Amino acid sequence: MEKDIIIDLRNVNIALGGQPILQDLSLYIRNKEFITLLGPSGCGKTTTLRIIAGFLQPDDGQVIFDGTDCAGVPPHKRQVNTIFQRYALFPHLNVYKNVAFGLKLAKLSKKELHDRVTEMLAMVNLTGFEKRTIASLSGGQQQRVAIARALAVKPRVLLLDEPLGALDLKLRKDMQVELKNIQQQLGITFVYVTHDQEEALSMSDTIVVMDEGVIQQIGTPKDIYDEPKNAFVADFIGESNIIDGIMLADLKVKFAGMTFTCVDKGFAKNEKVDVVIRPEDVDIVPAAHGVLPGTITSATFKGVHYEYIVDVQSFKWMIQCTDAYAVGDVIGIMIDPQEIHVMKKSKYSDLIGDYSSFSDEFDELSNPLEEDEDE
Amino acid sequence: MNKRKLPFGTALLNAPFTLWTVIFILAPLVLVAYFAFTGNDGRFSLQWFEYIFDPARRETYLRMFGDSLLYGALATGISLLLAFPLAHFMAQSKQSVQRVLMLLIMVPMWMNFLIATNAWRYILEHNGLINNLLAGIGLPRLGMINTPGAAILGMVYNFVPFMILPIYTVMARLNVQLVEAAQDLGASRWEVLRRVIVPLSMPGVMSGVIMVFVPSVSVFFINDRLGGVRLIGDVINDRVLNETNLGAAFSLILMLIILVCMLVLNRMGDREKGAFVN
Amino acid sequence: MKKKNGILSTVYAGLIFLFLYLPIAVIVVFSFNSGRTTSNFESFSFYWYMRLFTTNFEAQAALRNTLILALSTAVITVLLGTLAAVGIDRLRRKFTERIALGANNIPLMSPEIVMGISMMMLFIFGGALFNQQFVLGFSTVLLAHITMCLPYVILSVLPKLRQTDPHLAEAAQDLGCSQVMAFFRVTLPSISTGIASAFLITFTLSLDNFVISRFTAGPFTTLPLHIFGQIRMLVRPDMYALTTLIFVMMFLLLLGSNLLQARAAKRQNKQT
Repeated sequence: MEKDIIIDLRNVNIALGGQPILQDLSLYIRNKEFITLLGPSGCGKTTTLRIIAGFLQPDDGQVIFDGTDCAGVPPHKRQVNTIFQRYALFPHLNVYKNVAFGLKLAKLSKKELHDRVTEMLAMVNLTGFEKRTIASLSGGQQQRVAIARALAVKPRVLLLDEPLGALDLKLRKDMQVELKNIQQQLGITFVYVTHDQEEALSMSDTIVVMDEGVIQQIGTPKDIYDEPKNAFVADFIGESNIIDGIMLADLKVKFAGMTFTCVDKGFAKNEKVDVVIRPEDVDIVPAAHGVLPGTITSATFKGVHYEYIVDVQSFKWMIQCTDAYAVGDVIGIMIDPQEIHVMKKSKYSDLIGDYSSFSDEFDELSNPLEEDEDE
Repeated sequence: MNKRKLPFGTALLNAPFTLWTVIFILAPLVLVAYFAFTGNDGRFSLQWFEYIFDPARRETYLRMFGDSLLYGALATGISLLLAFPLAHFMAQSKQSVQRVLMLLIMVPMWMNFLIATNAWRYILEHNGLINNLLAGIGLPRLGMINTPGAAILGMVYNFVPFMILPIYTVMARLNVQLVEAAQDLGASRWEVLRRVIVPLSMPGVMSGVIMVFVPSVSVFFINDRLGGVRLIGDVINDRVLNETNLGAAFSLILMLIILVCMLVLNRMGDREKGAFVN
Repeated sequence: MKKKNGILSTVYAGLIFLFLYLPIAVIVVFSFNSGRTTSNFESFSFYWYMRLFTTNFEAQAALRNTLILALSTAVITVLLGTLAAVGIDRLRRKFTERIALGANNIPLMSPEIVMGISMMMLFIFGGALFNQQFVLGFSTVLLAHITMCLPYVILSVLPKLRQTDPHLAEAAQDLGCSQVMAFFRVTLPSISTGIASAFLITFTLSLDNFVISRFTAGPFTTLPLHIFGQIRMLVRPDMYALTTLIFVMMFLLLLGSNLLQARAAKRQNKQT
């Protein structure tokens, strides 16, 4: 076993209320890394977190913490602490007493306790808020108290369950930076759960993409974005055009009726594959110069760039570029070989279509704020 | 303060309730005082209080007031001790079970207390249910009926649902995440109870205490019938129909006792709240 | 969903429920006693049930009186209380609202015996004003029961009103309803469960009440008053039989409303 692994989940299975939630999940977490469990509602990420925290016992499989199996160890005896989704601050205690809660249980001396609470409140910029009641704090301040409270007991691992979900966009961005700073400053492991891919990409050392209780891909943010393993990952992380293709030979893939040179190999001859092309990796050129002709069916100005939906042989592509075109324009498209990413077919291939029904509002609606997965 | 005038429609909507409150709630309370301070001749008089605190009776009555307080406090305390664990048990049960348990707590509340008290008499009597069972297995009979214990049992039986329900309601609404957060920070089951569940249940406990204490202090019949203990409620019940003014004087004293107890309780509640903040 | 109850606490809960139901069991068993007492079971019989329906005219009259009283109380109190709740809900001013709710709390906080006596004094005083000596009767006990039940109606309707989105009524008005029509078409349906439970509470409170009736009913005999008259001498199993019947009716009523609530809750769960 590698030395710097702090948590090792081995073949974990769990069913809640007769529904299988996690299926044969194996995952190790390195000491001091910022790892994010990313996936849609109900993918099992919160359940994974609760298993690590000890609130749930897996039906099958092992949870190994720092080399020892922690089956049956109750939550209060684990060196792991949690930031809860809605903070779970004690309403009957003030800020100071909330932060001191775990320290009191750890039987720290009065002076040590006071020093630690003061230090923690300073770290989250809440010095002077000691006597305030929880109800009198804003959402962001409550969030900080929750962080101070969990970190005061010096956990080896901090579990964060969608900690920023209840904050507004601006505050969320600030807290992302702050959390990342705290993690690096303290040098402890953060296990972060979110359904927000941007948050995951910008904060994590490692991202674990999950769906339906199964890990789809583990990798660095860059790996996951550039080299998605299947259509689900490609679709969930960022925008992607996913096109049916056939691998003619190594470095040769055919899609949209054309044969392209690519950088992928190792597929069987004539294997059916999914081809992923990111919207920003497609170049729009005059129709005569393009490899494929297309018609612009929708154009949206996004500030930094334009976002077009382009009809290419009745398959709708999303293309982002900085040049202005009008709806109805006939254009040509160009794709560099290194921008073509070929994936094996998966069960998701048929579920994910093109951009024909795409609209911004629709996207927002289908990604509602995550509810508790276990209730 | 807001000087905005109440819209006419809203004022009209509130008129019946306001009128009702004044006539049927406030006026009667004033009238109790009026009758208590009115002599046989229809003028202001202290004669009823002089009667109660007459040296010949003073001791008996003062003792009775004291007993009312003592029995009320005991019944309330015992109800709390019985109700808290049960409310916790209920709140921990599955949702469907909770519903059934709620129903099972509420049903006995609709049992006529006169009949229920009569049944308890049979259960506790010398030749009653328990003693017959004891005798049946060769144990000696116990003298349970006509003891202070029987009086308190009767009171607890009648009022304990009023303790269980408010505590349960607060506990059922308690955020499960708070319990998990406490465990996460190192609290054992006992410490979760002491540091999170008990303090957060205090509002329920407070209203339960009031809802049991008030009827317990003013109880009549139950205590007399089961325990042979006569309390202030019995005197009021016996006297008021024939000696209205004397009954009013006793009622006024009872109201005063309750008012003082409420104020003390309120102060305790405030202190408790203060302790949370500091 | 967690179930953390151990055997010990289950046994404890069982004991409490045994305590609560022991006298009820005694009552049910002795209602089938063929003997004349409620402390010596002779043999199983329906005798007292039969008598209840045939020759026990006093009990029948008392039961009829009680039902009439409970039903009148429920109807009037629900009307009055709903109106009051709507009024309080519209106050929207902290101070006035607190006074209203404080006034509402007085009957809840004051002992029943004090309420009964104070109301009796009101009626005597009112009677004296009009030179009437014997004022106590159906109308006074009805007024007293309404007063006793009013707070419960407000407490079960007001929260439902608070939960109702005020924009609902506005939307209805926007779509062409008058203010009164909007109340009946939109607000009333959304507080109907509160009103139904208020009706149930009021009906049962009045049905069961002894203390307040004792001081305000005068010669009007309700069932609890009838029982009280008997209990001083000797309670015969016919009162147990009647109590059992009422108990079974209550239980079914509560169970029914509970099942309805459970079904409504389930439906709501499914929708979300």
